[in-house]
Formats: sequence, C-alpha cells, structure tokens
Amino acid sequence: MSEDQDDIILSELDDDELVPQMFDDLYDGLREEIEEGVTILLGRGWTPYDVLTKALVGGMTIVGNDFRDGILFVPEVLLAANAMKGGMAILKPLLAETGAPRVGKMVIGTVKGDIHDIGKNLVGMMMEGAGFEVVDLGINNSVDAYLDALAAEDADILGMSALLTTTMPYMKVVIDTLIEKGLREDYIVLVGGAPLNEEFGKAIGADAYCRDAAVAVETAKTFVARKHNSGAQA
Amino acid sequence: MNLPSDDMLTTQGLLLDHTSGKVLLIGCGALAREILDLKAANNWSHLDLVCLPAILHNHPERITPAVRAAIEKHRSTYARIFVVYADCGTGGQLEALCHDMGVDMVAGPHCYSFFEGNEKFAANSESDFSAFYLTDFLVRQFDAFVWKPLGLDRHPQLREMYFGNYTKLVYQAQTDDPALTATARDCAARLGLAFERRLTGYGDLKASLAALR
Ligand code: B12
Repeated sequence: MSEDQDDIILSELDDDELVPQMFDDLYDGLREEIEEGVTILLGRGWTPYDVLTKALVGGMTIVGNDFRDGILFVPEVLLAANAMKGGMAILKPLLAETGAPRVGKMVIGTVKGDIHDIGKNLVGMMMEGAGFEVVDLGINNSVDAYLDALAAEDADILGMSALLTTTMPYMKVVIDTLIEKGLREDYIVLVGGAPLNEEFGKAIGADAYCRDAAVAVETAKTFVARKHNSGAQA
Repeated sequence: MNLPSDDMLTTQGLLLDHTSGKVLLIGCGALAREILDLKAANNWSHLDLVCLPAILHNHPERITPAVRAAIEKHRSTYARIFVVYADCGTGGQLEALCHDMGVDMVAGPHCYSFFEGNEKFAANSESDFSAFYLTDFLVRQFDAFVWKPLGLDRHPQLREMYFGNYTKLVYQAQTDDPALTATARDCAARLGLAFERRLTGYGDLKASLAALR
C-alpha cells in the first residue's frame, strides 16, 4: 500500500475502532494487518480467546455470510482465510497456555479422490475459532485414514468434505465401515461440500449436513452438548 | 454457419441456431462449438441448439434453475428436448429436474468424464487423481474461466493454495490443433503443472447425440 494520507496506523486506534478495522482488513484479506492487529490487542491485555472470537471469528463470519449470499467469490474467501490463518498462528500457542475453553475434538478431511480443500480448511478454522480442537487430515482420505485418526485422537466429531459428485458417495463407505465396526455411535458425523444437501446427508447416515462453516459450528455445538447430556444420564 | 465467439459462449450462451422444430438441445456454452461441429459433420439437421452461459459452472447452484427456465420456455415448441449437461456439480439436482420434466440428458459427472468416455474416466480415477483437466473450450477460455475467476490475475500468490496438491494438467483435445496444444502447454506452465495431452475427440457426447431422433 502507498504511504498516502489514507494509511491507518492500527496502534493509534482505540479498541472500539480497531476491531471494526480488523473486520475490514480481514474482509480485504490483509494478512500482515491482521497479524499486527492481533499483536496490538494482546499487548493491550486482551485474552487470546477474546481476540480470536471477537476480532477474527467476528470478521470471518461477515466474510462467510457474504460468500453465502453471492457477494464474495472464492478468491476473496481464500484471501480472508489466509489472513485469519496468520492471526491464528499467533494465537494458537497462547490459547493452549491460557486454558481457553475446549468444546470438543474434530477430525476433518476431504474424501478419497477429491482435492478440493478450501471449504474444508475454512470449516476447520471456524471450528478452532469456536473452541474445538481440530485435526486436519488434508485431502484424499481413505476409510482407514479417517478411522485411524478418530481412534488415535480420541475425537468426538468426524467431518468429511466432498466437492465432486464422483467422490460424495465415498462418505457412505466411511459411515458404513463405522457401523460395521460398531463405532458409529461413538462419533458425531458432519458432512459438507457444495454439491451435497440435507437429503444426501440423511441418506448416507450422517448426523448432519452443514451448508457452511457457521452452520457447522452451531451444529457441532448442539450435538456435543446433547452427547454430554445423554452421557451424564447413562 | 458462423461459429459464435468464445467470450459470448462463456458469458451469454447462444440463441437458437436453427429451427427444424424437431429436437431441441439445451446445452452448456462450453459445448456449443463441439455440438455444432458434430451436427455439421453428421448432417444432424433435425437437432436445434440453444446454449446457456458456460460460466454458470462457477456457480453450480444456478445451473438447475437456468436449465429449468430454458425447458419451460421451449417445451411448447419442441416435442423432444435433450439436455447437454452432465451433473456438473449439481449434486444430482439436474438429473432429478430432467426426470421430473420428462427430458433426457447426457450421462456422467462432468464433460471431462464424457469426453474421455465415462467408463474409461472412472477406471482412470486413481491414477488421475491429481490431474487438472482442460478441454478445447477451456484452453481457449482459460483466462475468462480459470485465471480471472480464481483471482490469479490479481493475486498470483493464491496459485499454491489452489493448485499445490495437483501434479499435472491433462489437456483433453477434442480436435487435433497444434496452436491449441501450444496454448494448453502454456496454461500448464502458468499453473506450475506438468503437461499431458490426450486426444479424446468427442467421446460419449457423439454417441449421446447420435441416438436422438
Ligand atoms: C475452487 C474450485 C476448484 C479449485 C480447487 C482448489 C482447492 N485447493 O480446493 C481448482 C480450480 C483446483 C478445482 C479443480 C477441480 N474442480 Co473444482 N471447483 C471449484 C469451485 C469453483 C469452488 C469450490 C470452493 O472452493 N468453494 C469455496 C468454499 C469456501 O466453499 P465450499 O467448498 O462449498 O465449502 C463450504 C461448504 O460447502 C461447507 N463445507 C465444505 N466442506 C465441509 C466439510 C464439513 C465437515 C462441513 C460441516 C461443511 C463443509 O462449508 C464451507 C465453508 O462455508 C467449484 C464450484 C462451486 N462454486 O462450488 C468447482 C467444482 C466443485 N469443481 C469441479 C470440477 C469438475 C473440478 C475438476 C475435475 C476440474 C478440472 N478441470 O479438472 C478439478 C478436480 C480435481 C480433483 N480430483 O479434485 C466441479 C464439480 C462437478 C461435479 N460433477 O462434481 C465444480 C462444481 C465446478 C463445475 N460446476 O464444474 N476446482
């Protein structure tokens, strides 16, 4: 950016101005500005958890809504996610130290044959933002890769992503294997990806199909709370 | 007849090319030239063609409603309508629509599959898993269809995030055209991918259209 009069000095803004400015910077995908904003808020005594939820997740929610409504397209979402990632990298070690709330643990990955990962990454990030621990298996995951990770990580939630009509059916293969091994009830299974829909989620035996990252977070919270309640009664 | 421009086909589609009034093809703009070529080569004068904008592919949720509107618009004038789209990321919704409205469509997940032949494409899926495909149309429209919508013109640093997990660009050539092959090779270089060319011809598309009476 040029050194003209429009340049905003983030450190000169008070909190009430800085947070909306960070929303704007996230919207514009400005990674360095986000990293700077995060550092400033931490320096002012904000807890890492507050920086995450109030500044980053708040901003990313706006991005997510505008993507859903067709105002933003993929590159803008990717840039915003990248900026958020920069902020998260600073916050993550601190979150662990400060004992921020842990809601549950999710294993997430794109299914076998599919390399699309933008949506999956976004969901993973927003889940982390909501206090979930997320283990990202990346792309092209086989049944074994999912099952091994679920066991090794002692996860609560399995998240599967697919963007291709040819790879969506593989989700059913994974769920059927869980059933076969008597493990289905141990996990909350959430599925997503643009070509999926609610009907498909039901048909393959997932707990829920989630249209976007915001819905994924809300759904995961609801199911985890339900699981804990029923666990307490049992 | 004059071929429509590729830019037109991407953003606007094609109006009725001819009016035999027998069979109407409602196709994707990315297939217009190929369909017109097949028609001319085989004297399929009973097939009329109307195309929707190819760029709908970047918003697959808009494909089914657009096809529905086109069927509704033309169904009173044509006894038979055939939809020249594959599933194209509609998650089965286009197929359900065609079924409900009593029209047929091309089989397969997308054009990369039916150009190669659906069976062959499925059989190759393991070894081709990290391939990014281009057709003749996409080579000609690479900037309008891939480069710009993905923002690579404005944000070249995104290339790694989009294509980091890909290893090769497979150019599925419908026609044997050295100039297009050179452009395709250049597309691969721009994406940082290895280049492979396969002369597929029109694959299953030809058989699907040949069966229409
Ligand atoms: C960007 C993109 C690409 C990029 C992918 C880069 C990357 N690193 O991921 C590139 C250009 C490389 C690409 C490649 C291909 N693509 Co593509 N791609 C798209 C596009 C335009 C957008 C997808 C996207 O990233 N959206 C942005 C994110 C944020 O949204 P999202 O993925 O939907 O995720 C949200 C929700 O779905 C949900 N969600 C997603 N996952 C999960 C998981 C869980 C657990 C939960 C709860 C929620 C959830 O939350 C997310 C955040 O809100 C779509 C069309 C579209 N508009 O959907 C085509 C599309 C998916 N691609 C398609 C195709 C055909 C391909 C290729 C075969 C094309 C080719 N020429 O070779 C290859 C695939 C190769 C392979 N083996 O995977 C087709 C699929 C057609 C079909 N029948 O299935 C589509 C539909 C385009 C089309 N209409 O033709 N693609």
